[in-house]
Amino acid sequence: MPPIKILPITLISLGLVLLYSLVHNPAPPPRSDGRIEIEYWEKWTGFERDAMADLVNQYNASQDRVFIKFLSVSNIDRKLMLATAGGNPPDVAGIWSSNLSVFASNGALTPLDKKLAQSSLEENDYLPSVWQQLTVYNRVWALPTTPGSNALHWNKRLFREAGLDPERPPKTIAELESYNDRLTQFNDAGRIELMGHLPMEPGWWSANWSIWFGGDIWDGHSRVTATSEANMAALDWIESYPERYGAEALMGFRQLSGVFASPENPFFRERVAMVLQGPWMYNFINNFAQPDFEYGVAPFPTLREEDYGASLVECDCLVIPQGAKHPEEAFTFIEWLQRPKQLEALSLAQLKFSPLQEVSEDFYARHPNPYIRVYRELAENPKARIRPQMVTFNEFSSDMENAIDEVVRDEKSAHDAAEEVQNRQQELFKYKHQNWLQIREARLAEWDQR
Amino acid sequence: MTKTEKRNMVLGLLFISPWIAGFILLTLYPLISSAYLSLTDYSVLSKPIYIGFDNYERILVDKLFWQSLWNTFYFAALSIPINLLSAIFLAVLLNFDLPGKKIFRTIYFLPSLVPMVCLGVLWQWMLNGQIGLVNQALWPVFDTFNALFGTTLTPPNWLADPAYAKAGLVLASMWGVGNAVVIFLAGLQDVPRALYEAAELDGCNFWQKTIHVTLPIISPVIYFNGIMSLIGSFQVFAVPYVMTNGGEGPGRSLLFTATYIFNKGFEAWSMGYACAVALILFVIILTLTLLATRLSERHVHYASK
Repeated sequence: MPPIKILPITLISLGLVLLYSLVHNPAPPPRSDGRIEIEYWEKWTGFERDAMADLVNQYNASQDRVFIKFLSVSNIDRKLMLATAGGNPPDVAGIWSSNLSVFASNGALTPLDKKLAQSSLEENDYLPSVWQQLTVYNRVWALPTTPGSNALHWNKRLFREAGLDPERPPKTIAELESYNDRLTQFNDAGRIELMGHLPMEPGWWSANWSIWFGGDIWDGHSRVTATSEANMAALDWIESYPERYGAEALMGFRQLSGVFASPENPFFRERVAMVLQGPWMYNFINNFAQPDFEYGVAPFPTLREEDYGASLVECDCLVIPQGAKHPEEAFTFIEWLQRPKQLEALSLAQLKFSPLQEVSEDFYARHPNPYIRVYRELAENPKARIRPQMVTFNEFSSDMENAIDEVVRDEKSAHDAAEEVQNRQQELFKYKHQNWLQIREARLAEWDQR
Repeated sequence: MTKTEKRNMVLGLLFISPWIAGFILLTLYPLISSAYLSLTDYSVLSKPIYIGFDNYERILVDKLFWQSLWNTFYFAALSIPINLLSAIFLAVLLNFDLPGKKIFRTIYFLPSLVPMVCLGVLWQWMLNGQIGLVNQALWPVFDTFNALFGTTLTPPNWLADPAYAKAGLVLASMWGVGNAVVIFLAGLQDVPRALYEAAELDGCNFWQKTIHVTLPIISPVIYFNGIMSLIGSFQVFAVPYVMTNGGEGPGRSLLFTATYIFNKGFEAWSMGYACAVALILFVIILTLTLLATRLSERHVHYASK
């Protein structure tokens, strides 16, 4: 055979093999011990990952039918969506409850209602503020692992130095701001050296300020309410910052906020005295603050006294993606993890609190974080709030962040900034909502079948 | 076609077949399917639903799209000339016959090897308004100026101030100028010595030689680098994305069209919309490239013509 014919045949067959391997998507080969392999993607990478890995190992050792292959995956929301779209999702995925509405409405998840009905798990076992997050479109999409709430963290040493009672945190926004004025210090060059409180530090909940101002950012159904009385009050409060401290000075100060999980964090460096943060701070303070760092945790101040005790409760959770190859085995693992013993071990190791109503007697005594009860009580409080389950929440959040930024830089008034967010986001939400209504019936029928 | 010609044709096609396969699979197919997807409502997971030109209509009134386009043009207009001029300048310097010129060439090329993500992180700190190295270097200048004229000027808060964020990004992107410098250097070394000698005999000084001999001869290289940096700056994504920690910069001043495509596609899962924006960006880059080719026809000199 002349060489010219061998070459194309080889190339073409190589190409076909390549194409086939791209398209074909085989189930993993059976394990030598005959166990079914379940793939579990977890969003955490640090000590939270290790805590979950411990439990997975325990589960793997506890039986010989299933083997959980545990993978730590960063940017999990993006990768999970793409893997599911590509038809090759993991069997279990650990995501955030805030992802649920977007994932569910796109049909990326398996509804758990039928499996739950056959299991021993019940809604009443869980904190209402946690369970509420797992339910979207009247269906349950996930089971919780560890929840968190956010609270005021204050630096006791800085309070003392400013002549404030270090054991008495502010309870109202007015009080917070009077503390702020006492704590904030400028240097001779007119630069801010220390701030009592800065809403943009860390600024992770820009879209949720209305919680502490007695309102919400949507009506829970079809209308965005960025210009609601509560959200306007929050933005007016933020507008008072450039008015009192100067836009230039604030901009300079904010540039110093380094990476959150580092000694550059302005709270650990004692450059900001009060921040809105969560239970993970215990770990970061141990790692990055000075050994003598003294702080307290209390509910974040509210505009009106009657709202005191409100917080945003969020939750890590486990889902079974649509198209998972072993949904039954995946659910069995999740169900095992829901036992009080397992959930408490995980909460202790991840430094959070248990999502269950009942907590064993020595849980708090064994918990390293002395303030863990504060966070837990915030989640138990009927005033506890969850992140709006609005499919356009990411976009809303980005717009609110930008609006706050513009207000702090004194480029726009709080009123104009809120109007702009409202118009843009209402338009966007309306569009997505209409599209949802068109496919709603088909989706619901699809879910009922699964 | 004779038998030999036919044979050569088949052989030639075979040799480029890996590229053809790659082009069809990885470029042409995605291009065509994104053109189709731009006419649909597509969330990656559900089936695309055909909606005609709905996405385009919405883009036309999308304030963020226009802002991202403005930012992209602004950045390109700032960065292309600055990058080209500095690359030519460096290449001319490095072309001087000096001792250790190879070491200098290596040093100037080295930063281009730094991955984009590292570059972003690095410049985030370099450009920090309070403790960044750039401002540390600028403070003495400002202090002297202030002392002389009684002003109270301060160096900019590069990445926190919308007015300076793009300038900061241009500074950071100059870090990668080494690639262009190497191409310019190759061009400079191709300039026939005889032309310089002739110019010298006519009494030309260094500048006259540069303007009348060097630049016309290397004009194809300038054209090539110009087009490459045009495309590059219209697709700018990684460095600002990292520098803003995945955000959009102060007042969305670093929200570029490529960033917007990414956010729409992979944050909001509006993939149809993202495809439509991507197609618009494609048409813009294509138009500008054709325009640049048309405009430069008279000024680019090819030795073979």
